[in-house]
Amino acid sequence: MAEVEETLKRIQGQKGVQGIIVANSEGIPIKSTLDNSSTVQYAGLIHQLVMKARSTIRDIDPQNDLTFMRVRSKKNEIMIAPDKDFFLIVIQNPSD
Amino acid sequence: MEIVHVYSKLRSEFGRQCLFSDRPAELLLDLPPDPSLTLSFIQKSPRDQAVQACWETSEHQVNTERFETTSCGINHMEGGWPKDINPAEMEQTIRVRKKVEKDESFINSVLQLGSVMEHCIRQNNAVDIYQECFEDEEVVEEIQEPPSAKTVNIFRDPNEIKRTVTSLSWQPDGGRKLAVAYSCLEFQKSSKDISLDSYIWDIENPNRPEMMLKPTSPLVCLDYNPKDSHTLVGGSYNGQIAFWDTRKGNQPVEFSSLEHSHRDPVYKIIWLQSKTGTDAFSASTDGQVLWWDVRKLAEPTECLVLDPSREGNLDQALGATSLEFEPTMPTKFMVGTEQGLVISCNRKAKTPAEKIVCTYDSHHGPIYALQRNPFFPKNFLTVGDWTARIWSEDIKESSIMCTKYQMSYLTDACWSPVRPSVFFTVKMDGVLDVWDILFKQSDPTLSLKVCDNSLYSLSVQDNGRLVACGSQLGEATLLEICSGLSNLQKNEKSLLAAMFERESKREKILEARQREVRLKERSRSEQSREEEAGREEGEEDPKQLIVRAESDFYSLVEAEVKRREKKDEVMKEKDICEEKDVKDEEQKGTSE
Repeated sequence: MAEVEETLKRIQGQKGVQGIIVANSEGIPIKSTLDNSSTVQYAGLIHQLVMKARSTIRDIDPQNDLTFMRVRSKKNEIMIAPDKDFFLIVIQNPSD
Repeated sequence: MEIVHVYSKLRSEFGRQCLFSDRPAELLLDLPPDPSLTLSFIQKSPRDQAVQACWETSEHQVNTERFETTSCGINHMEGGWPKDINPAEMEQTIRVRKKVEKDESFINSVLQLGSVMEHCIRQNNAVDIYQECFEDEEVVEEIQEPPSAKTVNIFRDPNEIKRTVTSLSWQPDGGRKLAVAYSCLEFQKSSKDISLDSYIWDIENPNRPEMMLKPTSPLVCLDYNPKDSHTLVGGSYNGQIAFWDTRKGNQPVEFSSLEHSHRDPVYKIIWLQSKTGTDAFSASTDGQVLWWDVRKLAEPTECLVLDPSREGNLDQALGATSLEFEPTMPTKFMVGTEQGLVISCNRKAKTPAEKIVCTYDSHHGPIYALQRNPFFPKNFLTVGDWTARIWSEDIKESSIMCTKYQMSYLTDACWSPVRPSVFFTVKMDGVLDVWDILFKQSDPTLSLKVCDNSLYSLSVQDNGRLVACGSQLGEATLLEICSGLSNLQKNEKSLLAAMFERESKREKILEARQREVRLKERSRSEQSREEEAGREEGEEDPKQLIVRAESDFYSLVEAEVKRREKKDEVMKEKDICEEKDVKDEEQKGTSE
């Protein structure tokens, strides 16, 4: 339990990180550092995106699987690390 | 030699059974190889043999039916909670969250994902992988790709009975919207069922017009106010002027009274530059140009009758089919008439007689388009009959440049707002031509067939890249021009200025020459009337000239021949001298 907190705190402490969300496989945010409405929005939308991306990879090659996703936009970068049951979303403003 | 075996049989023996018998092989012919023949052959080694081993494919294009989409918002609700938990209840959701947090797999997942994530975050912080490395480098000279344009969108008249697109106007300040005026200009062809509406389209959405404008009579021309992008003014088929404010709905805010409007369709209406920003003027084939203040459309503020004899006589007036106004020259404006004359007028003149400054006799037919070059306001473009002509204000006799006669009638034209040497024209065979006079003057640089029916109107957006053209069947096509034709090239302005100068000078010289010739003719004809003997002189003059020319010619030829002979002599002397020198040297050499 404490390790989870520590990990998340460490990530939060990195330069440029704006927010972290941990959501489960149904898109329900479990832990978040952002406000509720943003969290819900991010979790819902990114959940759909991850599902689509994962199914794409697996359609092309069933042995393959999605390991990481970076979505770079004009204002920031959203990094998504998916797992079997959960996924971790980090929003970072890259240093430039 | 031929290998022949004659087989003859008596006719009476036909049909008899063939009695074949064996016999040993017989050599009939032996052709030994003839080595001498190899000389007439060349050995070909290696030999190229093409082999294709792939399956046949063919290219096929498919265009799907238009898919109507509308965009609407989605309401995001929290979901995914287990059935018994009410998402609104804070306590329950917190309880569920806490339970998940205690789960083993959660902890493991987070730890693992966390380390992966940290790696990427650190990567981001270390190096910006998306940075522009080559931003500061000089932009490489673009390879001159052939000019092209592609259709971006087509806006179709949603009504059953299609009307012609008679006028297009881009919204100022960015031009996200295009106002299109629809009407049926053919005499007495419009039926009662025809819709009167004109539309404002959003260029991103070709499925449905953004807004409808409902006048009392179909609109022939439309113009957005360059100062206020919500107001438009339009001239209609029955001569009335209407003023819309798009914030206030579909109906015109105001329209002019029937008694004081034009008596013929209003072919062009343009906003003027004024302090109040509410002035516009319109022209119609009834021979009048009327000025309006849109706040009070009941009566025009001013009126000008296009009478070339400057008497203000409406019966003699010429019908106007196009109007031109350039905000950089607010005191002058030009009117193009049905008779092919361009009349240049001065707004500030006190009397109507002084209003009309001069006329240019331009085309054989009505002038459908008239526009000054936005970079060189002294030069303007006119289109009527089968040519497009460029004029200089100072030269009234003829145009300084003229395209050759096209295959079909030109219906509209305009200059590109970004490139001074580029202009667009549309024709009755549905072709849009892009002309670049610095590149080629005899032919359009780019010629595109936009549609099968005729194109009637044209408008370029302020950025010079998007061109909208309207056709007879109510289709407004939006095209994007390639960057080569919509970006200012180096030295373009100075080159074009030089070109216009040159052409104007040429015309001036031609004009002066014409005048001289005319004067001579006149003086000669006067002389012949005064003296009868003078007529003989007139005839002798050419004869004398011929004799004089002959003598000049012969003397010149003789002089040349003499000169050549002298030269030959000099050459010969030189040769002899040289030979002597050579011989001297040889002697010297041999002696040494």
